[in-house]
Amino acid sequence: MPATKFTPSIISRPIYGGLTPHGTVPALMLASGPGGEALLDLIAADPAVLPHATVIYIPEGSDLGPRLEAQGPASYVEAASYASILPRFRKLLAEAPMNTRLYLAGTEGLIGQATAEALAAGMLLEAIEAEHRGSLARRMQCVHCKGITEDVTTDPFTCSHCGLSLFVRDHYSRRYAAFQGVCVDAETPGEVPPKQEIKA
Amino acid sequence: MTIQFNDETFRDDYSYHNSPAAIRRFPFPFDKDDYMYAVNMEPHGSGRAGSPFENRFDVDEHYVAEMRDREITLKEDPLRCQSLPHMELAGWDLLELIMEAKSEDYPELFSLHRDGDRWHWINRPLGIDHKFTFLDPTTLPYGPMEYITRQAQGDFAVLDQRDGNLWMEAGMVTSQADWSLDFDIGMNFFEWHAPVPLAHEMGIFQRALKFLLAIQQDAPSRRLNWTMTVNPRLDTSPENYHKWGPEKRTLTPENTGEKQYLRVELQTFFRLPRSNGLAFPIRCYLISLQDLVTVPKWGRRLHRVIRDLPDELAEYKGFTVNRPLIVEYLSRFDDGKPTSPGIFPDE
Repeated sequence: MPATKFTPSIISRPIYGGLTPHGTVPALMLASGPGGEALLDLIAADPAVLPHATVIYIPEGSDLGPRLEAQGPASYVEAASYASILPRFRKLLAEAPMNTRLYLAGTEGLIGQATAEALAAGMLLEAIEAEHRGSLARRMQCVHCKGITEDVTTDPFTCSHCGLSLFVRDHYSRRYAAFQGVCVDAETPGEVPPKQEIKA
Repeated sequence: MTIQFNDETFRDDYSYHNSPAAIRRFPFPFDKDDYMYAVNMEPHGSGRAGSPFENRFDVDEHYVAEMRDREITLKEDPLRCQSLPHMELAGWDLLELIMEAKSEDYPELFSLHRDGDRWHWINRPLGIDHKFTFLDPTTLPYGPMEYITRQAQGDFAVLDQRDGNLWMEAGMVTSQADWSLDFDIGMNFFEWHAPVPLAHEMGIFQRALKFLLAIQQDAPSRRLNWTMTVNPRLDTSPENYHKWGPEKRTLTPENTGEKQYLRVELQTFFRLPRSNGLAFPIRCYLISLQDLVTVPKWGRRLHRVIRDLPDELAEYKGFTVNRPLIVEYLSRFDDGKPTSPGIFPDE
């Protein structure tokens, strides 16, 4: 699956520049699902990234794990989910030496959450590379109850916490790693427009 | 000068009202008969006597009631006031700025006595008499920004300046036109303005940022912004949109003059001396259309502005659905005569 192209209309949405190798510096690599292909492309472009690379892969049904492990990074671990690997990821960030590069590939939700963790750990944005691969699903914050709904693929959608019908506002917060969801029938309760699939 | 503070509400029974003097001094935002985005910055702090531009922080008849409304909103949603850890010094800067300005500009209402870092602050309208140690947060009941902005009308964003950008990293936001501090905190200037249509393409934000980065101490600036609000409600937050949204659909030809308000933001910008941050107060003024048209120039002009406004702007400002009623109401006060330049009423 090729890298996802976005419309340039959303100014607060981060731009994912793709993964560019930075040679032999220490590297943390985190990918989910089809994001594994982006890591394979990165390694193929410059095998020098491998000897100091710690790779975390969340397969999400994808079978790229054995190929990634066979590349021979310094360490390799497969995780059941981002939530399950988060404690270990935090420890790796806390212990990362100066000039460590973070390579992220997968859904926007994964990239956003991992970026927020890395920034909170003191990493510079310039040291983070990201490539969006796979689902266009969005991570949404309900502006009313503040709950996060993962993997939103339609607009409007139902908040998984408070149950309000929310539309997807083109506004993105790096801190929450989420788009903003706003009540779609606030002015005319009950009049919810038909759901559309999110296409970009 | 003594101010008679109104006993009034900005929710439920909406007893908010403007005295005849408050109508005359209203900060009408249109200096000509049409409107488009502009950076429209002016020096602030020594404007026309009696106007909201006369002092650095305008205190008017709504002061006490606005502070009561802020307290209610904060009780329901404490996330309306947030400050990232590195912003505390900027909070002290803001506290100093407001205490100095208010005690100098309104000595009968506010007093500040300083003996080194031992400060004594008296706020007579709110009944506060407080001794504390400047820069020692344990001597205040709240953080410095929250403490002082519970005593100052308008919303406050406090911006950090670094990497050639401004970062919204602290704020007190309870009277906003549909934006969320909790969502926007930590964003830079371009990110938090992302949802605004047209202005990015026009280069407005690039020019505005350049101007704001260069603001110097003791040389504050201001601009006016505006929108339309049904009922005199300060808390038109996205957080509570599902609660106040239905009110937007209660406008009828009979009640438009009474229920439809022009909402004006007096936005000011002050450089903060210790933190090099920027204080960005956003003061909200509300006037019903029936009060506004008592100034004939304003009635004529507002009709022309609203009638000819580009659709995207009416959509963004959220009054597309009520625009026909507003235009119909205001057209009765537009006799087609020319209007004088500038924002102030004709003598």
